[in-house]
Amino acid sequence: MTFAGSDVISIADFSREQILRILAVAEQAERGRLPVFTSRKIMAVLFFEPSTRTRLSFESAMQRLGGTVIGFADAASTSTKKGESLFDTIRMVENYADVLVIRHPLEGSARLAAEAASPPVINCGDGANQHPTQTFLDLFAIRKTHPRFGAADQPPLRIGFLGDLKYGRTVHSLSIALSHFPCELVFISPPSLALPRHLKEILTARGVACVEAERVEQHIDSLDILYAVRLQKERFADQLEYERVRGAYVVQAGMLARVKPNLRILHPLPRVGEITTDVDRTPHAYYFEQAGLGVPVRQAILALVLGLV
Amino acid sequence: MAKKKQHTVLKVPAIEHGTVIDHLPPRAALTVVRILAVLEDLVTIGVNLSSHVMGRKDVVKIANRKLSPDEVAKIAIIAPRATLNIIESYVVVKKYTVTPPDVVEGIVRCVNPSCITNHETVRTRFSVLKAEDGSLRLRCAYCERAYDRQEIEIV
Ligand SMILES: [Zn+2]
Repeated sequence: MTFAGSDVISIADFSREQILRILAVAEQAERGRLPVFTSRKIMAVLFFEPSTRTRLSFESAMQRLGGTVIGFADAASTSTKKGESLFDTIRMVENYADVLVIRHPLEGSARLAAEAASPPVINCGDGANQHPTQTFLDLFAIRKTHPRFGAADQPPLRIGFLGDLKYGRTVHSLSIALSHFPCELVFISPPSLALPRHLKEILTARGVACVEAERVEQHIDSLDILYAVRLQKERFADQLEYERVRGAYVVQAGMLARVKPNLRILHPLPRVGEITTDVDRTPHAYYFEQAGLGVPVRQAILALVLGLV
Repeated sequence: MAKKKQHTVLKVPAIEHGTVIDHLPPRAALTVVRILAVLEDLVTIGVNLSSHVMGRKDVVKIANRKLSPDEVAKIAIIAPRATLNIIESYVVVKKYTVTPPDVVEGIVRCVNPSCITNHETVRTRFSVLKAEDGSLRLRCAYCERAYDRQEIEIV
């Protein structure tokens, strides 16, 4: 299995073995065991839509590997303002760099960029579609908190998803990635924001046990991982309905009295009240550590696609 | 027998040479006519004919021409169970059922307004997902959204 020269566009393109390889290299990166580039390597950051956290963690990752960074942080400074197509922009930029990392508001833009460019392209978010490096980060957080995750003898993990599961891109990608591993998934959301039917069908067809629920208290005691995402007010047609149901999707310290000792709570951050601050001091909170895994995971991806390991 | 045969001919006149697209689901005939690019020759359509297999069906007959592989692929997407009859001198010389391809390129438009294919000049590409019950779904290779056959737009 070789990653050198590959694009990273969609989690759906990755096999179990490839996911495990990325996690193994991320572990090396975290321990400072990755080599650095011996020849100049340049990463072009093409952010047509701002995302400070993703951009900075990629830039940090590249610099830790001894590479350099060029690019732009939002579309205002690019010639797309002058009407240049994405395809043409990529054909121009590909001459300047060894790897392109792209974020763009339109779905499928990263796939198009990968078709236009000869160097590897890494998708950092194409609208509501995919953000695969976030998913690898989430998988790495699961592995860090449950070290047998991915092992041949891994017992099934019970993983809960909480919040807006209809529009939650991170939830869709992570659940598809988890379908390669023994696990039971519990989807906890208001009925109007439940996991889309076609995703449920894919997961069921792959033999993943899926449960749907409406209240977090019903299931939290049985979970190994609780992955919470934002529940946005704007997604509700009826604001009274939002006020009425939101309490069922907030994690508070008081709910953690009888949970499994190894329960870890993840969140892609930023949170807006889905997890109260009193949870931060419990041993179950892992979301801040999770955010810190962004750099080693992105180091691993860069090292692999640039053929460093 | 002779009487019955005449009855059929009256419904949709026979053609001397050409292609008969049979077993289209009701209402599909007009879509089929729309997507077939060159229509200089005689085209006859039958809508809501009675069918033993389907209850009601549509039929399209095109004189003096065979279909290109792209056109057959389009028909297979609209009507996965359609049959094609190649006619020579009023005789069916070849008859086959269309097979939906695994991938269709450039013939379906993605209906997702946020899909890059609706903002740049891109030849669309969809993978065709075939369910066991014979129904089809199409997944856009770019935005990755999947659509039921009823939701798609043929270019
Ligand atoms: Zn699309």
